Amino acid sequence: MIEPESIVRHIVAPACTGRLGNDPLPAQTSWGCRWLVLDCLNVSEDGVDHADPTGALIDARGLVKSYGDFTAVRGIDVQVRAGEAFGFLGPNGAGKSSTMRMIASVSPITGGSLRILGLDPAREGPAVRARLGVCPQEDQLDMELSVRENLTVYGRYFGLTRAVCAQRADELLGFVQLTEKAGAKVEDLSGGMKRRLTIARSLINNPDILLLDEPTTGLDPQARHLLWDKLFRLKQQGITIVLTTHYMDEAEQLCDRLVVMDDGLVVAEGSPAELIARHATREVTELRFGVGHHEELLGKVEDLAEWVEVLPDRLLLYTDDGEAAAAAVHARGLQPRSVLVRRSTLEDVFLRLTGRTLVD
Amino acid sequence: MAASTTPATTSATAPAKDRLGEVFELAWRQRDYLATVYKRTWKGSVVSSFLMPVLYLLAMGVGLGGFIDDGSAQSALGGVRYIEFIAPGLLVATAMQTAVGESTYPVMGGFKWTKVYHSQVATPLSPASVLLANLAYVLFRLTTTCTVFVVVLAAFGLMPGVGAAFAVLLVALLVGMAYTTPVFAYSAKLEEPSGFAPVFRLGIMPMFLFSGAFFNVSQLPDVIEWLAYLNPLWHAVELARMATIYAVDAPALLLHIAYLVLLLGVGWWLALRLFTRRLVG
Repeated sequence: MIEPESIVRHIVAPACTGRLGNDPLPAQTSWGCRWLVLDCLNVSEDGVDHADPTGALIDARGLVKSYGDFTAVRGIDVQVRAGEAFGFLGPNGAGKSSTMRMIASVSPITGGSLRILGLDPAREGPAVRARLGVCPQEDQLDMELSVRENLTVYGRYFGLTRAVCAQRADELLGFVQLTEKAGAKVEDLSGGMKRRLTIARSLINNPDILLLDEPTTGLDPQARHLLWDKLFRLKQQGITIVLTTHYMDEAEQLCDRLVVMDDGLVVAEGSPAELIARHATREVTELRFGVGHHEELLGKVEDLAEWVEVLPDRLLLYTDDGEAAAAAVHARGLQPRSVLVRRSTLEDVFLRLTGRTLVD
Repeated sequence: MAASTTPATTSATAPAKDRLGEVFELAWRQRDYLATVYKRTWKGSVVSSFLMPVLYLLAMGVGLGGFIDDGSAQSALGGVRYIEFIAPGLLVATAMQTAVGESTYPVMGGFKWTKVYHSQVATPLSPASVLLANLAYVLFRLTTTCTVFVVVLAAFGLMPGVGAAFAVLLVALLVGMAYTTPVFAYSAKLEEPSGFAPVFRLGIMPMFLFSGAFFNVSQLPDVIEWLAYLNPLWHAVELARMATIYAVDAPALLLHIAYLVLLLGVGWWLALRLFTRRLVG
């Protein structure tokens, strides 16, 4: 049911009050209702902007996380604004998941400061977590409960009534295309279906921020595209999305803005296009010669590009005109087994910044 | 509103202490989950909680008891039949076994296999509330199992009255929880299920045998007798007999209760520390 009062509050509230004032669970309005309001106004429903002068839903400064002697996150600054899709890109062990656990208000910070939705997670953890949706790297579904029970039981943790949980579970099963599987056991689902169910579960409380830790790792290409489609829809509905990934295509597809992390630090920040413009050339010419010859060929092509990266299986020539570089290579009498001219991607940015490929 | 009364002097980094009311409220939110868990296991547990006492009473009470009562043992047992002597002990021993069963593999599963605890603390639920709710679930399981046991005892004519039945049930619940909290702590620390075998073989089994449930521990060599006095189950057996067949000895009563309550409290404190460390480290 649509509650007219809450619509009015949504319309007038963001400018003047905290999110629905003192109501800790404003998500009592129906799913459809909220989107309706957001679509009409084209604003995000956060209402906390005034609480944080930067307007950031997530504001981390000098954030540090240590486990004993090991420091996983070594002082990072991150601001995520309402309605944005924000990505943490980096190889395994870069500190992405530790950062996500701190943002999820599960893992206490070791140093620096962190505000989520204008609140301090250390002091107001339950209140913060009530407004987050968390989709962990491993699905953590209850294998012995039915698909639908996994949603309804989880909704109860947020203090939602059984009726609200039931209604929202049905809506969400429709959204992630699992309605026909509602009564099935979770263990009978495919990997992609389980992941969609986990995302549905993380939306049961109508969160302000959706946190996704490597959402498509381990999924086949078809399942990935279906999942991306769902995340796109959520993004269009105005939900703030924060995700980690080590896939460049995923980051380019989904993220408005991202940070590249390496070894516990942020090494670059910006939109995918900005990062590519700043840290790579427009195009790349990939040359593959025989096995083991790439290092010695470096000297022969070095002057044909702004810079050249040597990988075990290929040479990457960074230049604004890839075709011209390829022609020049041939003009020198070099005969690579294959030549590929392509646009630069985030992978190239990462390679430039760290000297390594993302997926080792 | 409340926000204006927030003390500005508190340190920004000090974590807020869980308020007791909030812990209970968050624990209560887990009832639907635990009810679903119970629904998928209750049939097996009801059958076994009925069969266990019947089998024990037939084998130990009627079978072995018939053999013992034919001799001159009754005076050594304070003028009661052997089946009356062991009935309270069997009840509290069953409480112990049920409690330990519910506190080992299920708890490890919550951390390692289903990871349900991890997904719960990603919601407003706190580690303390997860612990409390799961302890309450064990208490519920103990209550059903032990109630069936007491009813079976009554059917065998082994309950002197309704008051005795309630008293002995309370003893069973107390000792059950006194085992539950320390074993929760142990399970929360454990990484591999192989760590449970020593608990059962070197802990639960000897405590069961040397609890005084089947014979007075004063008959044992002194060293073992003194070890038996450290056994929580022995304290429960003594309490259970005071509730049913023997006269109440007030100082001993208080000592036994205090020992079990202490164990429960220390276990809670340890379990809370370990749950918190493992879930929100």
